[in-house]
Parts: sequence; C-alpha cells; structure tokens
Amino acid sequence: MFRNQYDTDVTTWSPQGRLFQVEYAMEAVKQGSAAIGLRSNTHVVLACVNKANSELSSHQRKIFKVDDHIGVAIAGLTADGRVLSRYMRSECINYGYTYEAPLPVGRLVVQLADKAQVCTQRSWKRPYGVGLLVAGLDESGAHLYYNCPSGNYFEYQAFAIGSRSQAAKTYLERKFEKFTESSRDELVKDALFAIRETLQGEKLTSSVCTVAVIGVGEAFDILDQETVQALINEFEISGEDATVNESAAEQAGGDAGGAAPDQGGAAAEAAAPMDI
Amino acid sequence: MDTLLSSEGDSQRTQYPYVTGTSVIGFKYKDGILMAADMGGSYGSTIRYKSVERLKQVGKHSLIGASGEISDFQEILKYLDELILHDNMWDDGNSLGPKEVHNYLTRVMYNRRNKFDPLWNSLIIGGVKNGHKYLGSVGMIGVHFEDDHVATGFGNHLARPILREEWRADLTFEEGVKLLEKCMRNLLYRDRSAVNKLQIAKITEEGLTVSQPYSLKTFWNFAAFENPTVGATGSW
Repeated sequence: MFRNQYDTDVTTWSPQGRLFQVEYAMEAVKQGSAAIGLRSNTHVVLACVNKANSELSSHQRKIFKVDDHIGVAIAGLTADGRVLSRYMRSECINYGYTYEAPLPVGRLVVQLADKAQVCTQRSWKRPYGVGLLVAGLDESGAHLYYNCPSGNYFEYQAFAIGSRSQAAKTYLERKFEKFTESSRDELVKDALFAIRETLQGEKLTSSVCTVAVIGVGEAFDILDQETVQALINEFEISGEDATVNESAAEQAGGDAGGAAPDQGGAAAEAAAPMDI
Repeated sequence: MDTLLSSEGDSQRTQYPYVTGTSVIGFKYKDGILMAADMGGSYGSTIRYKSVERLKQVGKHSLIGASGEISDFQEILKYLDELILHDNMWDDGNSLGPKEVHNYLTRVMYNRRNKFDPLWNSLIIGGVKNGHKYLGSVGMIGVHFEDDHVATGFGNHLARPILREEWRADLTFEEGVKLLEKCMRNLLYRDRSAVNKLQIAKITEEGLTVSQPYSLKTFWNFAAFENPTVGATGSW
C-alpha cells in the first residue's frame, strides 16, 4: 500500500529504507526469459531460453561475446542488455589497447556494477532493467558473476535468472558441488538439463535455446544449432518423460501462487531483495 | 595566423634534453632479468650529478631503467606510481605485469611524440610474472619491442655486440653479473658520458633487488698509453 507513495522516482527512499524503483527494475529481470550459467575450474557455460514472439519473427539475442575471454547472458530489457554489452566490449578493447592484455573479469564486473549504481542515485535516470550473467576467464581462473540492476554483483558457481529460473536453480543446487571438477561436456549437459527445467515439460530443442562456452584454451563462442541439437540428442534431454512434466507443472503452479505472497511478504519484512 | 606551425603550446614543447643519463643494459637470465646502469647525470658535456638512480621498481613484478632526460624519467615514475596505485586500489588479486607496464608506457611515449612534445627517454622494462620472463624497450618516438637482451643509447653499439656473442638463456646470476660488468666496462672506456659508479638490479619471481653503487676496476696499462707520443706521426 505504501509502495505507491514512494515509488515515483529512484531517488526517493521509502520509510522502510527501500528504493522501490530499483526493486521494480529487478522485477523486470524476473519477467525476462531464463538465462543460466555454471562454471568449473576451467570452463564456464552460459545457456538461455530463446523464444521468438511469433513464428514469423526471429528470436532475440540474449548471449553476447564481449571479448575472447568474456561473454554475457542477459535477462530482462534486452535493449538495456545490448547497451551494457556494448559498454563492456568497449572497456575490454580499450584495456587491451593500452595494456595488450585481457581485462580481468572481476574488474569489468565492478565497473559494470558501479555504472548500474549511478542510475540508482540520479533523479533524471532510471535503473537498467536487465540482469547480466558474466562469464569469464582470467589469471585467477574461471568466473561467473551476476550483475543486478541495483548495482550489486555476486560471484557464483552456478546461477539462473529470468522467468521460471527457480526450477533451474533447484536443479543446479542439487548438482553444483560436482561442477568444480566437471569436464566441459558435463558442464554443457548440466546447462541443457537446467534449461529444460525452466521449459516446464515443453520439448527442449536447439531452436528454443542458445548455449555458449568459454574455457582454458577455448575462446568464448556460441555453439551453433546443429551442435546443440546433437548434444540434446546425445544426452537425451528433450524431456518427454512424465516425472519431469509433473514436477514442472507443480513448479508452475507454485511459482504463480508464490509470486504474489512473496511480494507482499517482502514488503512487510525488512529485507529488500537487492540486499540479499 | 601562424597557429598551425607555432601555437602558444610551443613554449611547452621539449626541444632538447638538459640533464641526461647514458646507457642502460638489460638481459634475461636463468631466474629472471638483470639490468645495469651507471649513476651519472650529465649536463651537456659536464658530468654534473653522480648519484642518479636510473633503475627503479614498478609494482610487484617490474623493473624500469631509463636513459635520456632525467626530469622526464621522474615524470614517468609519477605516472607509473599513479598507475600502480590504481591497480592496487582494485584490491582484487590481479596485478599489472611487466608486459602491461611496457605497453602502457608505449602508449604514453607514442602519444607524446604525436604532439611533438616527447618524453626524451629510452626506457627498458623487465620483469617476471607467473614464471614468465619479460624484457622490452620503448623510446621517445614510441618504437617498442621485446627481446632477450636490450640496451639504450651507446649500449646498442658497444654492449649488444658482446651480448650477441656471449648471451645464453641459462646464464646463472654470477655469470650474468660478469657479463654485465664486461659490457659496462666497455661503455666506461668508450662512452664519454659514462661514470664509474654503477648499480645492478635483478628481478625474479621472488622480487627485486638493486645493488649498492660500486665501481669497476679499469686497466689503462696498454702499451699505446705508456708512451703515447712514440711514432706520433699518424700513429692511429
């Protein structure tokens, strides 16, 4: 109820100490189609659900190569995502030009986060409505980061964002402990399984998803459709079995029912989503 | 309006150097990089300053040696100080290595050259990072390259030939110092701006050490010097 009084612009605090515009921006991320990332010691895999609006149109690009050693998957306002990808590419190129060395991922992520923070503290701006899963390799190994519209960033072993990402997160939570030592192919397989979880029983084919890999000795690259389909067939991940359908259906009901109470609950409690 | 050829900026441009350092020599050896430079600062033909440190540490992994205008070297050290400071402020476990420092300086030198206001130096950057040895050179016009042994100024003419004959990748520290001293002695005999007070620096994965200043023994008992005027009619 009080939410509407303090949510007009991003520079207004609510009495509970929240910035509602920033939280609304994070909602936009949740509305976007799913994107997941997972990493081992040597590789990082990004995958996303790519649904076209209609049969007549092509689907939106959600995975971008930023440099040979960095790639990003987005969820939310794709236009904002594109702009931030361009910024990231620019930073990488400038660093490479000056130092003839790849920009450490951790530094790019901090720069991105600081850029997002600016939009939470200017009355004439709005927060970026996109969440970014940044996958990269540097001297200290393979990294996966999540950048939030709030300006926060976190490092993850595996993560999922966007709609129905909870299903993927549940799958990843079960499996993540073995990811560190996983081989490249096992990682890709787990990524495809996680994506299937978000499809709720719908058939997983290479036309609804995109997969990208980066690893030691392997520059960031988006796998082509045939390769992905072959992997789906090989691992038999298309997802026609009953158990998956059931749990997926439960998940959908749970998600829809859970969403409203979640929001209400969050408003009543002290913790704002961006603080977690 | 002659603004194209002679703008107000002209009085700021470097036309010639004032206080200069002479050669620096550097080469890779078994454990890292060895570099040597004397401690002279010449004011034209006067050897004005005799305790100028021309070898300096840069961050955790690099060593820089400079010849040319000393005040420009001091300016470069300030730039590098700021660079390393910002690198450290990230506080994230990443650090700039000798390759990055070399390339950064190349950009600085080349950009100044394009403004017709060069930093009048020839620089040698060496270092070890993650087991990888790096040695590079960059000059006042932005020419830059990497090699196993490099030198500036007269060192290119007097020291490099010795190094081409006698340098090996697996030189021990003692062998490397002897080789450096051989080159520096040659420079001392033949370069009029050289002074007999030098420092040797070594940088390895473990870190950097710059020696205390010391002098080389020289030998002047050559027959031609004993009785210089004998056969004076065109004895050269």
